[in-house]
Amino acid sequence: MTLAAEPWADATRAAALLAIDPAGLGGASLRAPPGPVRDAWLALLRTLLPPATPWRRLPLGIADSRLLGGLDLAATLQSGRPVAERGILAEADGGLLLLAMAERLAPGTAARLAAALDTGEVAAERDGLTLRAPARVTLIALDEGIGPDESPPAALLDRLALRLDLTPIPPSATRALAPTAGQIIAARALLPRIAAGPDVLEALCATAATLGIDSLRPPLLALRLARAAAALAGREAVAEEDAALAARLVLGPRATQAPAAPEPEAPPPPPPPETAEDQPPQPSPEQLGEILLAAAEAAIPAGLLDQLRLAPARTRTPGTSGTRRASPLRGRPIGSRPGDLRGGTRLALVDTLRAAAPWQRLRGGGSPRLRIAREDIRIRRFQQRSETATLFLVDASGSAALHRLAEAKGAVELLLAECYVRRDRVALLAFRGTGAELLLPPTHSLVRARRSLAALPGGGGTPIASALDQALALADAIQRRGQTPLLVLLTDGRANIARDGRPGRERAMAEALEAARALRAARIAALLVDTSPRPQEAGRSLAAALGGRYIPLPYADAAAISRAVRAA
Amino acid sequence: MTGRRAFPFSAIVGQEEMKLAILIAAIDPGIGGVLVFGDRGTGKSTAIRALAALLPEIPVIEGCPYRCDPADEAALCAECRSRRPHRTAMAPVPVVDLPLGATEDRVLGALDIQRALAEGVKSFEPGLLARAHRGFLYIDEVNLLEDHLVDLLLDVAASGENVVEREGLSIRHPARFVLVGSGNPEEGELRPQLLDRFGLSVEVTTPRDLPSRIEVIRRRDAFERDPSGFTAHWSGAEAELRRRILAARTRLPDIALPDSALERAARLCLALGTDGLRGELTLIRAARALAAFEGEAEVDDAALRRVAPPALRHRLRRNPLDEAVSTTRVERAIAEIFTP
Repeated sequence: MTLAAEPWADATRAAALLAIDPAGLGGASLRAPPGPVRDAWLALLRTLLPPATPWRRLPLGIADSRLLGGLDLAATLQSGRPVAERGILAEADGGLLLLAMAERLAPGTAARLAAALDTGEVAAERDGLTLRAPARVTLIALDEGIGPDESPPAALLDRLALRLDLTPIPPSATRALAPTAGQIIAARALLPRIAAGPDVLEALCATAATLGIDSLRPPLLALRLARAAAALAGREAVAEEDAALAARLVLGPRATQAPAAPEPEAPPPPPPPETAEDQPPQPSPEQLGEILLAAAEAAIPAGLLDQLRLAPARTRTPGTSGTRRASPLRGRPIGSRPGDLRGGTRLALVDTLRAAAPWQRLRGGGSPRLRIAREDIRIRRFQQRSETATLFLVDASGSAALHRLAEAKGAVELLLAECYVRRDRVALLAFRGTGAELLLPPTHSLVRARRSLAALPGGGGTPIASALDQALALADAIQRRGQTPLLVLLTDGRANIARDGRPGRERAMAEALEAARALRAARIAALLVDTSPRPQEAGRSLAAALGGRYIPLPYADAAAISRAVRAA
Repeated sequence: MTGRRAFPFSAIVGQEEMKLAILIAAIDPGIGGVLVFGDRGTGKSTAIRALAALLPEIPVIEGCPYRCDPADEAALCAECRSRRPHRTAMAPVPVVDLPLGATEDRVLGALDIQRALAEGVKSFEPGLLARAHRGFLYIDEVNLLEDHLVDLLLDVAASGENVVEREGLSIRHPARFVLVGSGNPEEGELRPQLLDRFGLSVEVTTPRDLPSRIEVIRRRDAFERDPSGFTAHWSGAEAELRRRILAARTRLPDIALPDSALERAARLCLALGTDGLRGELTLIRAARALAAFEGEAEVDDAALRRVAPPALRHRLRRNPLDEAVSTTRVERAIAEIFTP
């Protein structure tokens, strides 16, 4: 078989295999922008599946009541007794569930989907109901992410055998030949009888290990895919090319490291793939391993290194921090309270029914209609969680370095410990020379903050104005994410580089004050720690322009700064 | 948990520390819960779901919604106390899954709306806590659970009693269960004050060596292709493990605790600077359960050394800027204390 795979041919093969063993393979993650190619693939998959297969679309940000099931509001109110409603997972039992914009899926939703994939059923304990329903679903994650750092939650990806990238496929390529529904039916019948030798299993495990795939699910998924491939080809046992296909489709896209160079004692030239056809199909496990590795390598994504570099930075999935928690109607539900249904409050239906329930006999006698009085109404309460992101803006210019960059670093370290206690995020901006540099985007990882701080060199001019401009941009981004920024500026306040990068103390100072006033206008809390040997007018006036507190370092030990930050 | 056959506990490859922690909790449910944190696809859920099939059935009072123990007079629920005589039946140990998205009313129990609406009767509908009484309550992805629910669960797990005061109901019922939480640290950390309330904490990683990885896949594949054959094949090992758990439970009260072991435990906790006495108590208790499981007569150094990492690693006061992993710190302290 050819290793240089035609992307669309691979995609059709993947669709066929998924149609053969939808439950076993878990599903596919499909990276593609919405468009004719993606539609063509989905249409193909649909024709390959039995006609009655459920096909549901899961909108982003689905509520638990729709995902898992819950109380049917209309029916409950009408009949006066709790009526359960099936969730979308139960509706999709035995079929497909399409996740729109999967790269923005919240981790909570992903965890619920993962639980359904693992157990084959959906369990919900909510709204006074206990629901259990079979939910053997196959997930198609429609990943519309563009950058390498946008992808569906890892917990979900781990459980989906296939990972396809349709981005490079031109719409004209989608007319290639595909297996027919008849072939799929035959293969489905054959699937339970397919044998896989221990060598296949070992080779798949070894290949996964070589590619740095830690999780044990991928080799298992690869094994299932190899079986499905054998069934599609009408074989009774998994052949080498089935295993190679599994390595290419399942293991290759998950590689986290390029395979190490072959060990010296191994025979250097791997057997050419064509020999497999002439020889009896019985390669030794080592040979098979090499073939699989070669197959998987062909599918290793080109941007692997980029992804690896990004990996440590991406500990949180988009969606966690993306939710804005400013509205009084949103946030974490924390129960309910009696109240009026007005002013945009939201009804807590179950609690209202509960409150009304004990009085029904007194109020209405035998009528089946539910009688709800005003005092029964319960309103949902939400707790807003506003996370603080502390923005350290550190002056690393020559004048500051001369004086006490080391001390400033020490102070920041103490502040970092404080931030840890408060579960704050921290970001680190340093400025020197002609501009500011973002050393660390907002993160929870204090270890990384400390590292980048320790590596901070000093020297150069003091471009306070452009540093404050950049701080404002970052603070704005933080605010738009629903968090509260807090600016901690450590400087001696002696600006000498203007926005355009030209030296000149007077203009630099004027621009710095202007930038500071812009921050004040944006209502960003600030704190200026003056690092100069003696408290000076420059720092004080800058702090005044910022509308923030002024703390001269000579009088303040680190603990005092930390108290000040706490108070801010 | 319905219909599906569970993967046999004894067929789980490796993950010795996790299996040990779960077995200790099965021998001595008073240990205070187990937290399993680690990589994806390491069989965290598999191990816990296997428990129901592994553990022997327990005697219960027939018809009691809380499955009261007929032998334990002090822990009977109000209803069993008032209604006598009791008839005893056997029931499997409950291993209850707490699904994500569960609401407070279903966890604690609440007014039965159905009966209240239809019959005007104020009756209590027991929740998941009642169902988990005398068994295990399992929360997968515990770090994704709402904080207030986790607080509530830990509180009930510690007190052994669920007190419901809502909607005009005032109910208390026994709810003694082992809380088992699992999660993946990549999806968010657990609050430190929560960590400390779990008795044992286990870190799981995927096996690195190829033979055991292959063995994992082989067994999993064999199980999936023929669940009943696979389970039958392992039934001998399961029965043996069950027998050892039962024997350990009977032996547990007789395990001696020499002063030297107590002193070692105290010194270890001092060296690590664990807050409070909970660390020491758990350490001793776990070591005792392990000694009973291994058939020893008393708690010795070997038992202490084995249970020290799971009993202590989550109780260290963490310096946010110290990159050393807690496990390493515990191991270092063990090496110092236990070398004569």
